Amino acid sequence: MSERDSPELPDFSVLKRLARDQLIYLLEQLPGKKDLFIEADLMSPLDRIANVSTLKQHEVDKLYKVEYKPVVSTSDQLCFLIRPRIQTVKWVCDVVNADKAAGKFKRYKIIFTPQKFYACETVLEEQGIFGDVSTDEWAFYLLPLDEDIINLELPEFFRDNFLEGDQRWVRTGGSALHLFHSIYGPFSKVYGIGRCSKMVYESWREQVKEGEQKARQAEVGTVFLIDRDVDFVTPLCSQVVYEGLVDDIFRIKCGCVEFGPDVTSSDKSIKVMLNSQDKVFNEIRNEHFSNVFGFLSQKARNLQTAYDKRRGMDIKQMKTFVSEELKGLKQEHRLLSLHIGASESMMKKKTKQDFQELLKTEHSLLEGFEIRECISFIEEHINRQVSMIESLRLLCLLSLTENGESNQFSNNLNSAWPCQSYGVDHLLTFANLKQLGLLVEQQPGETLTVMESKMGKLVNDKTAGKLTDAFSSLAKKSNFRALSRRLSLVPKSDEEYDLRVPRDMAYIFSGAYIPLSCKLIEQVLERDGWTGLEEVTRLLNGHEFAVTGSNGADLRPQSDAQRIILVMFLGGCTFSEISALRFLGRERGYKFIVLTTAITNSARLIEAMLDNHV
Amino acid sequence: MAFITANWNPLGEAFYRKTELYEMCWNLRDGLRDCLVAAAPYGGPIALLREPHRRSPSSRPQLEIYSASGNSLASFPWKSGPVVQLGWTVNDELLCIQEDGTVLIYDLFGSFKRHFSMGQEVVQSQVLEAKVFHSPYGTGVAIVTGSSRFTLATNIDDLKLRRLPEVPGLQGAPSCWAVLTQDRQTKVLLANGADLFILDNTSCTAVSPPGLSPQVSSIVHMSVSFSYKYLALFTDTGHLWTGSAHLQVSQSALCLSSMWGCRRPKSQQPSVVLMWDRLLLVAGVCNDIIQYPHRPCVCVGELDGVRVVSSSRQELLQEVPLVCQEIFKIASMAPGALLLEAHREYEKCSQKADEYLREIKEQSMLGEAVRQCVEAAGHEYDIQTQKTLLRAASFGKCFLTDFSPDSFVATCRELRVLNAVREAGVGLPLTHSQFKQMTVQVLIDRLVYRQFYPLAIEICRYLKTPDYQGVSRVLKHWASCKVQQKDLSDEAIARAVCLKVGDSAGVSYSHIAAKAYECGRTELAIKLLDYEARSGEQVPLLLKMKRSQLALSKAVESGDTDLVYTVVTYLKNEMNRGDFFMTLRNQPVALSLYRQFCKLQEQDTLKDLYNQDDDHQELANYYVTASYREKRLESRLSVLQSAVDEYNKAKNEFAAKATEDEMRLLRFQRKLDDEKGAGLLGLSLQATMEALLALGLHKQAEQLYRDFRVPDKRYWWLKLKSLAEKEEWEELEKFSKSKKSPIGYLPFVEVCMKRHNKHEAKKYVSKVPPEQKVKAHLAVGDGAVLARCSASDRLLIDKLNRARATATKK
Repeated sequence: MSERDSPELPDFSVLKRLARDQLIYLLEQLPGKKDLFIEADLMSPLDRIANVSTLKQHEVDKLYKVEYKPVVSTSDQLCFLIRPRIQTVKWVCDVVNADKAAGKFKRYKIIFTPQKFYACETVLEEQGIFGDVSTDEWAFYLLPLDEDIINLELPEFFRDNFLEGDQRWVRTGGSALHLFHSIYGPFSKVYGIGRCSKMVYESWREQVKEGEQKARQAEVGTVFLIDRDVDFVTPLCSQVVYEGLVDDIFRIKCGCVEFGPDVTSSDKSIKVMLNSQDKVFNEIRNEHFSNVFGFLSQKARNLQTAYDKRRGMDIKQMKTFVSEELKGLKQEHRLLSLHIGASESMMKKKTKQDFQELLKTEHSLLEGFEIRECISFIEEHINRQVSMIESLRLLCLLSLTENGESNQFSNNLNSAWPCQSYGVDHLLTFANLKQLGLLVEQQPGETLTVMESKMGKLVNDKTAGKLTDAFSSLAKKSNFRALSRRLSLVPKSDEEYDLRVPRDMAYIFSGAYIPLSCKLIEQVLERDGWTGLEEVTRLLNGHEFAVTGSNGADLRPQSDAQRIILVMFLGGCTFSEISALRFLGRERGYKFIVLTTAITNSARLIEAMLDNHV
Repeated sequence: MAFITANWNPLGEAFYRKTELYEMCWNLRDGLRDCLVAAAPYGGPIALLREPHRRSPSSRPQLEIYSASGNSLASFPWKSGPVVQLGWTVNDELLCIQEDGTVLIYDLFGSFKRHFSMGQEVVQSQVLEAKVFHSPYGTGVAIVTGSSRFTLATNIDDLKLRRLPEVPGLQGAPSCWAVLTQDRQTKVLLANGADLFILDNTSCTAVSPPGLSPQVSSIVHMSVSFSYKYLALFTDTGHLWTGSAHLQVSQSALCLSSMWGCRRPKSQQPSVVLMWDRLLLVAGVCNDIIQYPHRPCVCVGELDGVRVVSSSRQELLQEVPLVCQEIFKIASMAPGALLLEAHREYEKCSQKADEYLREIKEQSMLGEAVRQCVEAAGHEYDIQTQKTLLRAASFGKCFLTDFSPDSFVATCRELRVLNAVREAGVGLPLTHSQFKQMTVQVLIDRLVYRQFYPLAIEICRYLKTPDYQGVSRVLKHWASCKVQQKDLSDEAIARAVCLKVGDSAGVSYSHIAAKAYECGRTELAIKLLDYEARSGEQVPLLLKMKRSQLALSKAVESGDTDLVYTVVTYLKNEMNRGDFFMTLRNQPVALSLYRQFCKLQEQDTLKDLYNQDDDHQELANYYVTASYREKRLESRLSVLQSAVDEYNKAKNEFAAKATEDEMRLLRFQRKLDDEKGAGLLGLSLQATMEALLALGLHKQAEQLYRDFRVPDKRYWWLKLKSLAEKEEWEELEKFSKSKKSPIGYLPFVEVCMKRHNKHEAKKYVSKVPPEQKVKAHLAVGDGAVLARCSASDRLLIDKLNRARATATKK
């Protein structure tokens, strides 16, 4: 490893402070005691910003979760802290109207975070309570999850933007970037790929233009924006790096995971924060799972030696040991046992589901070998009804990697596809997957030409919006195979890959595949732009951009700010990708900060495509 | 320096001077007689209405507007009703108050802007007298009607009429009255004979000023100072009373023999200017007076003096500022005066200069001397005097080490600006104190109102006003004015505007375009909007101009979805449904936004949308979604049938088939539920079969398997698992023998082992084909058998063991 001294990461706690102060200010806008209703998925983010006692200090009487049920609050002031979703606003309208009908007079305030949408106000207006409710915005865009991860906590960004073509979150993305820029900027280089990235970039530029500019020492100099739909393959793969695996199995929520009784080996579940503060976790989070046991047992031995030190101590030494070391050791001990428990539990689950077979199939798909076997594996998977999400995931992976080349098989699968088995509503899921380009169905020759001519017509039309329409009607081509060759994403398989000493980012997938998203970032940083990658960007449907040298920014490539790179994933990113970037950073002397709309994984990605009917 | 003090007149302690401002450029045939005249303070314009009472249509009165220097700005015959009073607003707009209470507003160039009324009841009772006044709230209008009632409007831009209470005993108009602004309240002070009243919003209070002579039978004139601080009353007995406007402190009571008019008290040490037909008289507190013989004229009260406008010239009558007095007073020994003298000697190359300097320095008053010269220069109107004073100051400054040059530089700059605007061509005779009071911003505005754009821009640049307040603002006004030029083509104007304005910060093209639209030039407005960089700004105006399509595409371009929503909502209300949908169809971004909204708010609209687009696929999907909302089976089936039809139209046979199957399944489930109470309705096919098998209804499961042509493999897996789950081993064996297993026999082994039934598992091992045999044995854990494996199998075993090893690692 050619280790250069890595630059220091900027301090993100200021973001939390900023958000907290603003929230307190907003709460004080409604003086007196009030009940606070919090949208369910804002609970954990809010917890990171302000705890209950802080809220109580600012006259919040009771806290409720928004549950779409009638309210039983007795307070005469209600405050709603919600996302700008029509459904939630409608519920608020119901609450207000119910109070009105009962002749109760209360004060209502809705705090939208991170911003309010016109559509929400329209709903208030339509329901006739626009005048009864005061609204506000809590510009809580950036939640620092860890020292190098910042989350927007907007899982719906992915579906709304990429599936429904609803661009309302674009401005949110721009504002988030603007906020980051105003604290840690100015950026001197901005790269990006994807339509959404470009729009976010433009939205950000506009906001920069509107606001005032202060010359500051940049803490972060380079930004890379990437759309999730540039690379669907990576998030669809099973994760085998520890943190990713924990996320796949236990689901990390807002940097926090709940380990069930099988992990804690007691009858209680324990919630654990997973971040760099956890010393044990920090050492294993980026490791391939096969190494984790080794690490943990080594750690256990070390711990034992540390404990053993107290033998043969005199009283004085013992006193210092107890006061200084013991607490840390105890803490470490607790964490260690938790992580060992988690590893064991994961091990059990993974062998039960023929995890090995699954991984083999995935790797074959990525490498493009033995497709026939893979297909029969998938078929069997479906037939055995193992898990719908898993089946869909494999199907998508097949479709993406094979890109219709093996259409006879996918057709085969299609007919075998059991709408029957999972219910007819998955017709809609199917339609969604197709629209997103995750699942490509071969079109009969004739329709294809019709599509192409339609496409040709639309390409002439400059309006970008029309292209989306074209894409939604014409399934997107994925070109994975060609990209894989061009960027050599799949390392040669004849050599043995030592996962203990990884030589490239492929280690996060057991040496089988370098994530496309991370490879793109690596290449662009290396080349200082997109030159030489023309063919790649063509295969990725273009929309790439590189802007260097904004005013007053430090352009020396060696400066620390230039080596701290903000990567913004629009539509979510996986822990594996973060691990890969950390690896890349160590190799090249960079530090990556990941700014994502949400942490995702294969299951979340597929679940976002389901149409659930309440 | 005798010539500077030549026009000074002493009044008590103070001196008064009358400086000529302009030889008026106007050519008034009949002088100012028979005219209604209004001149605005701060060197404002002058409006004349000749013979306002002439009413015959053949000869209408002429309304003329002049700059302060007498340049004609506008002149037109007055065609509306009889005018009672003229007045100027703070924005240099002309107010013409008519007898019927209508107030017409014109701009400097005589173009009509708008009008408002002082109330309905005035139409009958008529306006007797009116006054225009200025207060911190803006420009106000007060009238007294024929029924002796007062009505006030404190700010004409935010019109709120207030009818003041009745005054006891008042018939017709009061003998005299004035408007006061005190304690953030506007009041009317009026005299009826010898009685004084103060009228405010709620009450009418009688007051009596202390020290007013008891013989007075009528107060004939009253006047309030510019700052509303002092008041002067003139009585029929020829007494002048001056005092504070609160009527508490009497300052003096002066006896004058004859009377004609009384005008405008003024600054610092209060004094009153009284005007008779041929006499101008300044009366001070000290019972002293100055008399000027004078031709008929008009007085305009200013912050620090009175402008006296006659038909031939305009003069400024003011108290000589203290610092000027000190410097120029004969035999003054003030440091400033000495410095001036020193400088004069210095220019003569006389050594006396040193003596004077020494004298100042000995008193260590040089700083003070410089300061005095700088300040005095500001107050002087004559450019030569300004120069002399500034040179002296500059000379004195050389002998000082730590003197801040700021005030000197600022004064130089400001004087340069003031001299420029005092030019007769511009005609803004501002004194330095007026300029300070009015601020640069307002001065720029005034220049802009007069359309002196280049001068305004020069001044902005010279004074280094920030672009946002300076140049950009001027350009904005210029462009707004430019678009109103009717003789130029749209193209030419758009080009000219773009050329000048470019992309100056703070100039909004949408604002200019809005102006163009106001003048009815829609095409020009659209052209101008094209230059607007922020598409978001273009949208509201486009909507106003009913260019909804364009507005929509601009909104989409801006990337601001809220804006798109705004337009969509607007269109929804404005257009009929068909057109609305057609519009959306051309804007996919807007369409998907609207769809998202409809999905949650207006399901039916969504259907219409798809219908309109002939999007059968989406329509079918919509029906499928909708079917889940239907509670009753029949309606659910009928909705699903619609979905099938649409899928067929969309040529999506697979989906159509799947939906049909679903319908069949629903019917089947319903039947079974009715018969056996199995609770199957709504389950998927797989789940149904699973449930059936669990209930032991093998026949029905079999029927489904055949009816729906479930793939053999899947059915076998299902049944296999279900049997093993219930540990029906016999049944399982029977099943395994029913025909050749499509999934092979390895799964049989595996499910048995899952239930830890080695015995059963072994039954199937023999059936497993050779290539999977090893796996089967491994699964059963039968080492003995493995030993007997062939060589090829052995290889496989090795491989497997390796795989296992890695598996445990992972």
